[in-house]
Amino acid sequence: MNWINNIVRPKIRSFLNKREVADNLWVKCPQSGEMIFHRDLEANQWVVPNSGYHMKIKSSERLKNFLDNGEYEEIELPRLVQDPLKFRDLKRYSDRLKEHRNKTGLYDAILLAKGNLLGQAVIVAVQDFDFIAGSLSIAAGAAIVRGIETAIENKLPFIIFTASGGARMQEGILSLMQLPKTTVAVKRLKRAGLPYIVVLTNPTTGGVTASYAMLGDVHIAEPGALIGFAGARVIEQTIREKLPEGFQRSEYLLEHGMVDMVVHRHKLRDVIGSLILMFMNKPAAKKTDANLSIENEKSKSSEEEKKPEDKPADNNLANIQPPPVAHAE
Amino acid sequence: MLSYLDFEKPVAELEGKIAELKNLSTEEEAVPTEEELARLQMKADEALRDIYKKLTPMQKVQVARHPQRPHFSAYVKDLFSEFIPLSGDRQYGEDAAIQAGFARFKGTPIAVIGHEKGDDTQSRLKHNFGSARPEGYRKAVRIMDLADRFNIPVIYLVDTAGAFPGLGAEERGQAEAIARSTEKCLDLGVPNLAIIIGEGGSGGAIAIASANRVLMLEHAIYSVISPEAGASILFRDAGRAKDMAQAQKITAKDLLEFKVIDGIITEPVGGAHRNKEQIINSVGKEIEKFLQDYKNIPPEEIRIMREKKFLKMGELEN
Repeated sequence: MNWINNIVRPKIRSFLNKREVADNLWVKCPQSGEMIFHRDLEANQWVVPNSGYHMKIKSSERLKNFLDNGEYEEIELPRLVQDPLKFRDLKRYSDRLKEHRNKTGLYDAILLAKGNLLGQAVIVAVQDFDFIAGSLSIAAGAAIVRGIETAIENKLPFIIFTASGGARMQEGILSLMQLPKTTVAVKRLKRAGLPYIVVLTNPTTGGVTASYAMLGDVHIAEPGALIGFAGARVIEQTIREKLPEGFQRSEYLLEHGMVDMVVHRHKLRDVIGSLILMFMNKPAAKKTDANLSIENEKSKSSEEEKKPEDKPADNNLANIQPPPVAHAE
Repeated sequence: MLSYLDFEKPVAELEGKIAELKNLSTEEEAVPTEEELARLQMKADEALRDIYKKLTPMQKVQVARHPQRPHFSAYVKDLFSEFIPLSGDRQYGEDAAIQAGFARFKGTPIAVIGHEKGDDTQSRLKHNFGSARPEGYRKAVRIMDLADRFNIPVIYLVDTAGAFPGLGAEERGQAEAIARSTEKCLDLGVPNLAIIIGEGGSGGAIAIASANRVLMLEHAIYSVISPEAGASILFRDAGRAKDMAQAQKITAKDLLEFKVIDGIITEPVGGAHRNKEQIINSVGKEIEKFLQDYKNIPPEEIRIMREKKFLKMGELEN
């Protein structure tokens, strides 16, 4: 039964889902209201071409765009206790888990993989917001630990893309315990002398920020991402005043010294690749232009013609644009 | 004056009657109330025992938050000598929600760090009701660093509804401060003991509760989110806090089963606030035992023991 639920169903779903996405689907930019052709967005890594708004991107797509040749080897997540509290809110938690597994094809909120980045082998974890708001569960915590352990065993850098509403409340205190648990793993990675890069994507909030997401050697944020510990509504209720515009956005965190840089999605490969090659004391990669390298790979690996990434991407690394107010949630 | 919780009503009535009779007996000489008083007292004690034997999780939440529950200062005053509190994070400011410093426990130097909730309006405001800002956690890190350098064990007394959700706190990196404090707890070469004396509120608690040994008072609670906030998110109804307290398994007994904590410190009948001396005494015994158990263990081993314990969190039987 489990096998059917966990493997066969998601496969069928994802197959069906592909068909459900009509060719003429248009998506509205949450920032500018502009309508964009679905295919164009996908080709542009879900960054709205004109406004530069960074939309949510599926974990598997994220990896394909980030790693050399769009290739990666998935690392299986450890299988630990499920639903230890026998929890039920508006739904049974066990049903919620099943539903999200079917919907996303993932075992939990993390996709863990091994691949190459500018020729350097890396371990990458991607938190998927579509899986119960990317929340940190026992399974997700164990996934991060496995990712880091794999990195240590193979002497590789570890990169994590965070996207999370916080701790998985349906797992109660055991989700909170993933904070120290993942922190131990991060400490071990650092002790092993290996780089730990955190990419904060929209949104990264709550308990996740109070552990591995804020313990990186380098913190990189995607433009306009919501990053914070306490929820804006809770803060407004506490201090009884409106919060400033752009509060808890990437650019705000940069200004307050909490992240090293705000980097456009198209430039992530290049920036992180350069950093880890330096940290690993390896020679520079031949091509350090992200756009070029993406283009090259695409012409090799993908059947459809990619339109070249153009100027907006180039400008965006240095471009300090006003943070978007609306975001897709 | 003792303040009663709503579910303690039967006890309140009986004890009220006893107080009344005592007053009468001083006024009117000839009332033979000795026996009556003893009988009533027995009844009141029994009622209290019965109630506290089967406290629901939400009732425990109320006990854990009882305004007269002994807080950080009460323990420090009675258990330690020469307590020297230190202030400031050396970066931005001082946060009185977290108290930290050095003291002696039966002659042995220890570092003590904890949340202070305050006991009256003035001190509650001063300590921000035990809800710390980044400076509090950074001060904690500072004191832990000192303890590590001078080979002094660390005791944490945890009692917070959670870290403070404020504009300035976010600006100054609340999340990062908590993460660093947790990391420091896990990194110490000296042994550390955390005791949840009241509320263990999520990240604000874990920041100073990631210890070699974690103990909870019998009626303390420890949770990822307060029952009220949890209910408003998961049930879309803050009024269902009681159900959330039940569902989230936040009592000491539950947490011991999950191996999140290592032991429970029994409270006096009627809760810690009914007999402060007794509970402080029990806590003292646990500190003594802890210091004894961790004596002469090399730093690296202490660290590895702690790391192993936390790496196993959540690895339970299905």
